[in-house]
Amino acid sequence: MLEFSAEKRLGDFRFAATFRGPPSGLLALYGRSGAGRTTLINMLAGLARPDAGKIALGDRRLFDFDAGIDLPPERRRIGYVFQEGRLFPHLDVKANLLYGHRRAPAAERKIGLGEIVELLGISHLLARRPVSLSGGEKQRVAIGRALLACPQLLLLDEPLAALDSERKAEILPYIERLRDELSLPIVYVSHDATEILRLADQVLLLEQGRIAAYGPVADVFGRPELQRLIGAAEAGALVAAKLESHDEDFALSYLRFAGGRLAIARIAADVGSELRLRIRARDVSIALARPSDLSIQNIIAARIAAIHPADGPYVDVELDAGTPLWARITARAAHDLSLAVGRDVFALVKAVSIDRQTVATRPNA
Amino acid sequence: MPALQLTDLEWEAIRLSLRVAFFSVAGSLPFGIAVAWLLARRNFPGKWFIDGLVHVPLVVPPVVVGYGLLVLFGRRGPIGAWLYDHLGITLIFTWKGAALAAAVMAFPLMVRAIRLSLEAVDRKLEAAARTLGAGPFDVFLTITLPLALPGVLVGIMLAFARSLGEFGATIIFVGNIPGQTRTLPIAIYTLTQQPDGDLAALRLSVISLVLALGAVVVSEFLARRIELRIRG
Repeated sequence: MLEFSAEKRLGDFRFAATFRGPPSGLLALYGRSGAGRTTLINMLAGLARPDAGKIALGDRRLFDFDAGIDLPPERRRIGYVFQEGRLFPHLDVKANLLYGHRRAPAAERKIGLGEIVELLGISHLLARRPVSLSGGEKQRVAIGRALLACPQLLLLDEPLAALDSERKAEILPYIERLRDELSLPIVYVSHDATEILRLADQVLLLEQGRIAAYGPVADVFGRPELQRLIGAAEAGALVAAKLESHDEDFALSYLRFAGGRLAIARIAADVGSELRLRIRARDVSIALARPSDLSIQNIIAARIAAIHPADGPYVDVELDAGTPLWARITARAAHDLSLAVGRDVFALVKAVSIDRQTVATRPNA
Repeated sequence: MPALQLTDLEWEAIRLSLRVAFFSVAGSLPFGIAVAWLLARRNFPGKWFIDGLVHVPLVVPPVVVGYGLLVLFGRRGPIGAWLYDHLGITLIFTWKGAALAAAVMAFPLMVRAIRLSLEAVDRKLEAAARTLGAGPFDVFLTITLPLALPGVLVGIMLAFARSLGEFGATIIFVGNIPGQTRTLPIAIYTLTQQPDGDLAALRLSVISLVLALGAVVVSEFLARRIELRIRG
């Protein structure tokens, strides 16, 4: 269990945050650049010193300003995966991987080289030098190096930011495996909603050095007042669903959720899997009657729970379809259809609008 | 006398010069690395003074440095007397004194090269090593120094070549004693003072050139190989 409470002033920027991390699972730190995400994890790692406060991990006090405690980074047992990997260029991959392992207390070396190499699929790289690795390979080695130091908490600072989308897709499953197979709490910094929706259990939303929201990912991403911070394009509902069947003829997958059935592009999960997916507000349209002769595959009966004004010409319509859904439409459309709270409508969602990258195998977070 | 065969006196001067240069570099290297690290990585009051002091031998006449050494390390000098009384070490008029003079004169060159290479080491890599459980000195030995090694080699080479050529401070501090302090440059100087010494002086000059060039070539070769190993 992580307990964090710290303040820091950096020129005009003031950082102040207090929270308790979950004992396991993946906590995402989300926010724009300059919101204080890296400041926060550098304080956790001991690379930045708070001006006041306390940081504790389990029963270990890492920092306590009043008690004069400030453990140096090498004694904190917190793994750190940096955005740019930071592999040691003069050492080969194996020596990089073992750098922290050799320095970990013998009693705490729970994970071995073979296990990590297999988990991350890097056995063929051991004799190589960092300079000859691709961006994705570097990040996997950097993750392995941090894990082999047998930390009690793993920090990942935008580990995918420097990679193209193909490499991202290559690494995401490995991070999911870490989260699911090692009982190691992870703090994951990102400004990419897709990554967070896919990976996170909890989200801590930072804005200008303060915590704007903190809670399960579905709650934080579903709150209308936070949509400005999350970014209008990313706002929407997170929906828990179960994979019902695959349609091989049309390369579709059918999901069952509280509001009925959803068709999406074929995903790689097994039938019966519990899933979580995002339906963005801007991908949802509203009809007063069930339309026919339409290309849209997903037509979901719902009732209007609330109508929130949004920036510009839009309104965000909160729908109850057994689970919350959001629709971003123009205020003009809402007016023309005489939308009002309590009215029964149909939500229309194009199958192609659901991004497969955001379909996560963790429904309950 | 065959033109390509070295005389005993020439051999003596070469051996002495190499010995003086070797001990000059070997003895000052730990200090050179420490001072370079201080200047590259630490801020402390009086840093400008240390920085200036290191550079003094580069800017004042070598003769002045030699005189300073004489005052400090002579038999009655504050340091020289202590060394003689407690450790039985005499520097003045010995090859050890020549090595000290060479080390002092070469020190700024050594520190400059090492400092530049330490400044070029990515401190983010050091921070990464700290998060992996390595303490500051461990990080220095396993990350900083290996990455700065090409620059350290350059510093060693420059200091070695400078030590081979050291004349002014040496002749003031330790004089001109055959087999003890008559290094190549001092032997050349001695020969040019003799009516028939021109040819012998020329021969020693060529030898000096070959030695200095050899040191440069070998260290460049090594630095390049290490650089390649690091950058892949």
